[in-house]
Amino acid sequence: MARHPLIILTALLLLAFALSLFVGRFPQPYWMSPTLLQENELARQLVFNLRLPRILTAVLLGMALAGAGAVMQMIFRNPLVEPGFLGVSQGAGFGAAFAIIKLGNAPLVVATSAALFAILGLALSYLLARNLRYGGWVLRLVLAGIAVSALFSSGIGLLKYVADPLKQLPEITFWLLGGLWSVTWSELIYIAPIVLPALIIIWLMRWRLNLLSLSDETAFSLGVATGRERTLLLGVSVAATAAVVAVAGIVGWIGLIVPHIARRAMGTDAQHSLPASILIGGIFALLCDDLARTLYVGEIPLGILTSLIGALFFAAMMMSHPPRSRR
Amino acid sequence: MSAPYILSLSDLRFGYAKKAPTVLQGLSLDIPPGTVTAILGPNGAGKTTLLRIVLGLLAPQAGRISIDGKPQKNYSRQQMSRLIGLVPQSEYVPFDFSVLEFVLLGRAPYLSPLEMPGETDRQIALEALRAMGLEHLRNRSTPSLSGGERQLAMIARALAQQPRLLLLDEPTSHLDLGNRDRILSVLRARARAGVTIIFTTHDPNLVAATADYVVLMRRGALLAAGALAATLTAENLSATYGIPVQVIRWDGRLFVVSEQISEMD
Repeated sequence: MARHPLIILTALLLLAFALSLFVGRFPQPYWMSPTLLQENELARQLVFNLRLPRILTAVLLGMALAGAGAVMQMIFRNPLVEPGFLGVSQGAGFGAAFAIIKLGNAPLVVATSAALFAILGLALSYLLARNLRYGGWVLRLVLAGIAVSALFSSGIGLLKYVADPLKQLPEITFWLLGGLWSVTWSELIYIAPIVLPALIIIWLMRWRLNLLSLSDETAFSLGVATGRERTLLLGVSVAATAAVVAVAGIVGWIGLIVPHIARRAMGTDAQHSLPASILIGGIFALLCDDLARTLYVGEIPLGILTSLIGALFFAAMMMSHPPRSRR
Repeated sequence: MSAPYILSLSDLRFGYAKKAPTVLQGLSLDIPPGTVTAILGPNGAGKTTLLRIVLGLLAPQAGRISIDGKPQKNYSRQQMSRLIGLVPQSEYVPFDFSVLEFVLLGRAPYLSPLEMPGETDRQIALEALRAMGLEHLRNRSTPSLSGGERQLAMIARALAQQPRLLLLDEPTSHLDLGNRDRILSVLRARARAGVTIIFTTHDPNLVAATADYVVLMRRGALLAAGALAATLTAENLSATYGIPVQVIRWDGRLFVVSEQISEMD
């Protein structure tokens, strides 16, 4: 029963992948004939050195954010959680803005600074949660995440305020809106070794994830090592999120809504909804990025498109009846 | 299988504040297998705490716990989860699992962290649903169930766990008479099949209708423990609740009535 939709989603992802290679603004807007690959050296260069790494990165980005979102919503027992909320997204944004202003705006420097501050944001959230004297562990992490995110977003505000309005400010704004325009093979090689193992681990533990959404007491009585298993899944999810945010900026909504779409389509059981979430995330991010680089002569920031399309799709889905494809 | 007691507690002490055993003050108890034991006491008597200690979720500050003749600490987490099932008082589940998916979670003790439930697990889960009369609801989403049905689903999940000792925390507190009786008869049937049942309640009449053994607790202390008829006496109950209580025997069954209410007529 539940196998078929996953096969269909995989086929859709492969189709979107193949088509994306020929979508863009060369040699003319929207579409390049595949035969041009044989005739034109420039077309070959473009497809294999620019489009291919970017397409692969878009797929990994969508998979990582949607997979991490699904994991974190279940672990935090809260369907409104998104993967960057533990200080990761805002920390990365601060790191990027800081590098753009103070460290000279080289792509690798910006990405490294974003990654370091993403980890710092997570570490601060964790330390703060440990020292809060209020609520259970999950609630304390949520509260700490909110506080640390607010701290970094005020820092981002300050950096934007002091930034050179002609050179630095547009860079910061563009980065914060998220996008993959600067991605090459070297960025892909930098995130793949983090994202792929993370995705494999959460995929392997997908049924187990259901147990982690139960109360501590019940999960314990079912033999789950709640602390250890939650830490492992949370750790790999945050690592994958931090890696993609570092190269792509803050791409909103994928990690929040794709898990909802997947659960709606496949049922709550993460054995089926988690793989669906990962696949839908990959397709969604890829299609949005195709639009981002094709629709307009310049580039539309990816985060704007994922939010716009995601929000519309989400509203439409919530107003329709749930398809119950269960036996 | 040969140990005379499935659960043995001796001189158990526990407190939530450091080094102050105020919740349980030297509790000792032996429970033979295949029996129904009710832990009866007013709110705040330490009943839930006692269940959590038996489960291993809380560690006592002093005292010994043996399960099936072996100290509790000799069992791994997984062994414990195959031996003891828990039905919590209530459970908030933020995602709408189907009833079958929810009950299948009870198979976790038999699966490694990377394993998915298979056809055998599905059959056992369906069997548990059948026992609770929920089979027709197996595709319904858990949050859409009524309070009683949800309680039945939690018990079904614990049955899918196939435990030898089943702990239930206030299993009938949210139920109407029909669902209450359904749960009680399922528990009795399980006990006849060899599963040891321990449940907490603050309703003495429920105890009178179901239990073989009664444990009376008040403020962490054991007031009395033993066979139903010898323990559920007016004297003991009056001491437990701090008000005068009468026990009436009618048609071979015990009924507990508060004297304050009967005097109001």
